[in-house]
Amino acid sequence: MQQLVNTALGGLTLGMVYAAFALALVLIWRSTRVVNFAQAPMAMVTTLLALELIEGGASFWLAFAVALVSGLVLGAVIERVVVRPVEGKSEINAVILTLGLFIVLHAAAALLFGNGVRSFPAPFGVRGTEIGGTTYAITGFGMFTIAAVLVTMALLVLLFRFTDLGLRMRAAAHEPEVARLLGVRVGGMLTLGWALASVVGSLSGILIAGGDLVNPNYMDSVVVFGFVAAVLGGLDSPVGAVVGGLLLGVALSFVSGYVGSQLVALTALVILIAVLTLRPGGLFSTTPARRV
Amino acid sequence: MLTVSGLTAGYGPITALHDVTLGAEEGRITAVLGANGAGKTTLLRTVSGLHRARAGTVGLAGRDITRTAAERMPALGMSHVPEGRGVIVELTVEENLRLGGLARGRVRPDDLDRVYGLFGPLGERRAKPAGTLSGGERQMLVIGRALMARPTVLLLDEPSLGLAPRIVTQIFGLLRDLVREEGLTVLLVEQNARSALSVADRGVVLDLGRVVADDVADRLAGDEKLRHAYLGF
Repeated sequence: MQQLVNTALGGLTLGMVYAAFALALVLIWRSTRVVNFAQAPMAMVTTLLALELIEGGASFWLAFAVALVSGLVLGAVIERVVVRPVEGKSEINAVILTLGLFIVLHAAAALLFGNGVRSFPAPFGVRGTEIGGTTYAITGFGMFTIAAVLVTMALLVLLFRFTDLGLRMRAAAHEPEVARLLGVRVGGMLTLGWALASVVGSLSGILIAGGDLVNPNYMDSVVVFGFVAAVLGGLDSPVGAVVGGLLLGVALSFVSGYVGSQLVALTALVILIAVLTLRPGGLFSTTPARRV
Repeated sequence: MLTVSGLTAGYGPITALHDVTLGAEEGRITAVLGANGAGKTTLLRTVSGLHRARAGTVGLAGRDITRTAAERMPALGMSHVPEGRGVIVELTVEENLRLGGLARGRVRPDDLDRVYGLFGPLGERRAKPAGTLSGGERQMLVIGRALMARPTVLLLDEPSLGLAPRIVTQIFGLLRDLVREEGLTVLLVEQNARSALSVADRGVVLDLGRVVADDVADRLAGDEKLRHAYLGF
């Protein structure tokens, strides 16, 4: 019984991390129809920057804030400088660019921060929580992770559903030309979309790193799982990204705990193939067919 | 109100508009007619800043807007309803309308009420995704969305396209009322010349990017040679 609960809790925490990463992918997909393969190294760079600050004596929370803000700036700059010139051209151009960015950011991080494996601190305990004499496998940082991702998702839903800015962003993403005719500064909205996505990506970078070891490659394994989570939920839906992340995290946790950890990657791929075959739009796809 | 003079525009080696001069008078409907490929849509796209003019000027209420970006036009009082409707199907009916109102900075509830008053079917479906609307309702939605910005000049590109004649009559009737009651200036691009001339005050006929006729609507409709050559009725 305790193993069952612990496996589920472990999956929940893990799933929230995938969810955060998937949220970042979804934000960029929604605004520019690009799957951003550079999401992981972007988050890696801001996380390593935070680690430099922490090792230099800054508090965890200051470094956390710096990581998010530098993520915002990095996302905006990348959209303006790298992605903007290929916007409006074939989408494959932008995708290849993000792959190139993946390599460039890795190289830059190795130069700036070194290739060594370092430990990243966590602000709360990384030991299990004791309830009624039984220790459960949910750490203080795990609870922080869950809360942070849920709050982020809620804020994004509020932004997109209930604010004028969110409405402009959605219009710019779906119909850029029509949005322009209605007075929306589409370029600005796309920059904002990338900036927001990059903030959420930076959050996922810190959440994955907290209480664990990091080097410039530490995010790479998350790319696959984050991508599967985003596809599972439907690339268009922030709520779908979180639900997809949770489902994936719990599923993989049970496979790892009860079947064998060597099957985790295989399971993720089986889920990916199953979703793409049975429900290609994802579990939360609502986009109606376009009528011309 | 809206003046176009010597406008030339094109795509790559192709020139779609040659030295086009025309005007849309305040409180009147001016129809731009002509066959497919005559340059009607290019004219509207160049006027509203989506497409760059090679030569010539566009003026709005005395102000030169030739080089003004498309996204600034609604704030200057000009709304462009593009061809093929331009409904954002992923948004609800009300979100589409609100988006139109944002050009004024903030959505005013009385503007929404006015559009729902003008276009009854939209009010009943305000929370529905715009993708569920019929063709006629979509045309109402895009006109209503443009009106949310309280324009003084409305550019309409082929509003009758793909609609049943009864719906076309209804929409043109509404347009007529708007012009009469609010002094709206309309530049209406239409392939359906007969319907357009029945509602317009003035008509301009384009052929292969050049103005071949510019006269009051009744006289154009009465000119048999012109009708046969360019208007297809």
